[in-house]
Amino acid sequence: MSEPLLKVENLKKYYPIKSGGFGKVSETVRAVDGVSFSIREGETLGIVGESGCGKSTTGRMIMRLIEPTEGKIMFQGKNIMNLSKRDMRKARKDIQMIFQDPFASLNPRHTVGRIIEEPMIVHKMGNRKQRQKRVEELLELVGLSAYHARRYPHQFSGGQRQRIGIARALAVQPKVIIADEPVSALDVSVQSQVLNLLKDLQKKFNLTFIFIAHDLSVVRHISDSVGVMYLGKIVELSESENLYNHPNHPYTKALLSAVPVPDPEIKTKRIILEGDVPSPAHPPSGCAFHDRCPVAMDICSKERPHLKTLEDGRMVSCHLFD
Amino acid sequence: MFYYSIKRLLMLIPVLLGMTLIVFAIIHAIPGNPALTILGTKATPEAIHSLNRSLGLDNPWYVQYFSYLKDILSGNLGTSIQTNSPISSEIWPHLAATIELSFVAMIIAVFVGINAGIISAWKQNSFLDYTAMILALIGVSMPVFWLGLLEQWGFSIKLQWLPSIGRDDIRNSVDPITNLYLIDTLLRGRLDQFWMVIRHLILPAIALATIPTAIIARMTRSSMLEVLKSDYIRTAKAKGQRMIWIVYKYALKNAFIPILTVIGLQTGLLLGGAILTETIFGWPGVGLYIYNAIQYRDYPVIQSGILVIAFIFVMVNFIVDLLYGLFDPRIKYR
Amino acid sequence: MSEAILKVEGLKTSFFTDDGEIPAVDGIDFSVNEGEILGIVGESGCGKSVTSLSIMGLLPSPPGKIVGGHIFYKGEDISHAKESKMRKLRGNDIAMIFQEPMTSLNPVFTIGEQLMEAIRLHNHLSKKALTERAVELLKLVGLPRAKELLKEYPHELSGGMRQRVMIAMAMSCNPKVLIADEPTTALDVTIQAQILDLMIKLNRETHTAIIMITHDLGVVAQMCNRVVVMYAGKVVEEGLVKDIFNHPKHPYTEGLIQSIPDLYGKKDYLHTIKGSVPKPGSIHKGCLFAPRCEFVMDKCRVNTPELLGDSHKSRCFLHQEKA
Repeated sequence: MSEPLLKVENLKKYYPIKSGGFGKVSETVRAVDGVSFSIREGETLGIVGESGCGKSTTGRMIMRLIEPTEGKIMFQGKNIMNLSKRDMRKARKDIQMIFQDPFASLNPRHTVGRIIEEPMIVHKMGNRKQRQKRVEELLELVGLSAYHARRYPHQFSGGQRQRIGIARALAVQPKVIIADEPVSALDVSVQSQVLNLLKDLQKKFNLTFIFIAHDLSVVRHISDSVGVMYLGKIVELSESENLYNHPNHPYTKALLSAVPVPDPEIKTKRIILEGDVPSPAHPPSGCAFHDRCPVAMDICSKERPHLKTLEDGRMVSCHLFD
Repeated sequence: MFYYSIKRLLMLIPVLLGMTLIVFAIIHAIPGNPALTILGTKATPEAIHSLNRSLGLDNPWYVQYFSYLKDILSGNLGTSIQTNSPISSEIWPHLAATIELSFVAMIIAVFVGINAGIISAWKQNSFLDYTAMILALIGVSMPVFWLGLLEQWGFSIKLQWLPSIGRDDIRNSVDPITNLYLIDTLLRGRLDQFWMVIRHLILPAIALATIPTAIIARMTRSSMLEVLKSDYIRTAKAKGQRMIWIVYKYALKNAFIPILTVIGLQTGLLLGGAILTETIFGWPGVGLYIYNAIQYRDYPVIQSGILVIAFIFVMVNFIVDLLYGLFDPRIKYR
Repeated sequence: MSEAILKVEGLKTSFFTDDGEIPAVDGIDFSVNEGEILGIVGESGCGKSVTSLSIMGLLPSPPGKIVGGHIFYKGEDISHAKESKMRKLRGNDIAMIFQEPMTSLNPVFTIGEQLMEAIRLHNHLSKKALTERAVELLKLVGLPRAKELLKEYPHELSGGMRQRVMIAMAMSCNPKVLIADEPTTALDVTIQAQILDLMIKLNRETHTAIIMITHDLGVVAQMCNRVVVMYAGKVVEEGLVKDIFNHPKHPYTEGLIQSIPDLYGKKDYLHTIKGSVPKPGSIHKGCLFAPRCEFVMDKCRVNTPELLGDSHKSRCFLHQEKA
């Protein structure tokens, strides 16, 4: 088995909350609390979870757009946490990002050509002519036309704008693309176009994806393996077929059962979780999920479970599997 | 809330100290010797020297500053060179006159400004909206002295409806208790004088209120426009609530924070910025008091006048800060 | 079949902008029966939200205006009713909840003040009775600590709780029809499941008819009895949920169902509908879906198909020919 291209170990992000006006740290928000995973080249890791679970923070930390509090990010065998600011900027050429909001992430005053060219200028790639040629290639690649380069973002629909965002990410020939909710702002009929495009591009360039989303069906469709996050931690991580067909963690089970299935014949037995996700500033003791868990045991409120690898290679963080 | 108020009050101390320091520095930066001013140009060097010593002016600046500070804290604002009486007792009647005028002006500004702003926002792009906003533009751009003179010409000289000068008639002057004449006349049961005081207040108050009215109207309009577009206004309509009720109860409370900020700042400016109005209308307020002091180079009075106005400005904004919490529960005082 | 409580006939709603008249809803017909859950499904810009605002008389006006058709509530046309008449209907007979629970409640008034206002507007109750009713409503929508909640402000509640408060407010006067405009779109999946469950429960217990406006076919499949599919301001298909999911009669509905990634199986490629939704106001001849349709025929580009059928209607020549 080949070495993973990207390996994240015990990644943490803590935000101190100051109060009392004297700069005293009264509490800590554990946005991401010890996340580990690895991805092999050309594969897709999906990260799912509800809002506030830390999935977007995790994505941003891999690019060090948010500086991690603790942890290791091994990319091609090197820990990019040790890179200086300047070296990190260079390293970002290999890791690019696609954002959720295709409306907000494109500068409205720049032409599409300029937007796509920009990362190439930053990384000093080619001369002006070569770059412009590449912009045209990229536009064709994502299903737009070369003449679109002269237009402005507001002249495009949501799906087209997301294609522009993808072209911009591809401009510097990255190895890894972190996609943060790339289709959640799009209509269903357009969403499927963008998902197909991402799959095509992955095959063509042997891209590695980290696909962050809240939509479980979308994640299943695109991912080889999937990590489920709850309150800053991964509660289950496994090969995607396995996870969806036989979820282990009670939270994964509840999450899957909660999705309304677009087929009136399938009436799933919904597991309705009580209450809301607790605040990451005051996570429950022991297992963070125990207060909403339908099968919680005594130990769950006392001891925090660790992510264990089961026999079939799936990883789950739950006392049921001790 | 109580804890927050105390904390804010404590935080005012450095602000107020800085203020005294600046006032002190400005006065000392002005060329000229107070002893020379007091004794006249024919004074002997010995006389100047001994007066300097008795006034403490030969001490280093920080010693002077601390003794100045000590005086202020004990309520001693110094002695007027012009009248030779203590400023602390002299300044109050002037201050009261200014407070009374500013207060009335502010009531006009808040009432007219908020209502004009609300109507403009509610009936956006209507004739009413355009009229109100053009008037507001004129209000901000019109010089106060020009408006004051126009008022005097129109209402006092041509129409002879209202008096143009002073707080009361010379032959029927108010016997002061608090020096706030609206209160004094009522305390003495002189309704005729109360009415006279109001008649004197109208023209200067309107002149003084123009700019704040215009600013409040514009702020209210933009703030209300934003609120009226929000989802919870739609929710209120979906409940079957009346529009007028939605606008005045629901929307206004939400729109009020920026309006309150403007009201606070304008109140402060009114108290300090009444000089022009007071001069034109012969209003015996702090503005006129300082104006006269400047003409006589009465430094202690200028110094104290500026200090008192700055103090009031700071306090008004402190109160506004505390008021925010009344209108928006999301603002937490810690 | 039970009586239609709300009936929309040939409704046309347009927005008048500097670029001229833009028809957002272009002649739609549907009806809601007493106690049923009707889904209105479609993608952004199809006119589903404008339809709901037209029914409530809450169109932002100007620029929005009903330019044609009728809306019958209990047989009476309310499409051009006076504001005072609409005020009596709103919240009392027809209530509405919205997509953004975070911003739909007024941030500077307590939950109690807002909830009790909704009750008081249509009922004369003593202060004590008002409070009791408010507590009862909060319990009905499954909120714990009802009494304390009355004194709290919206920002102290989570998104799911706020949507429950919105539902409590909408249910406060036992409306005949509840219009829910994307009520769970802004919520997380597990919270969405809670809210959908609650709405089904309320529908069964109170027999309030629900118009569920959504883009999520999953929500429709799990919740609704009947569904209306909208595309570019028109109804393209209407029928029982099971008929529409099993035998869609319009290529758009079919494409929509197939474009959703499957939670229970994996296909390599998703079905797509090429192109994107036409901009509202763009001029078209023939069927509006023709430029994106994989079964397009010559006549589709020239003639506009009608919405035909008995219980399962569709606006497509292809299926009308087959039949």
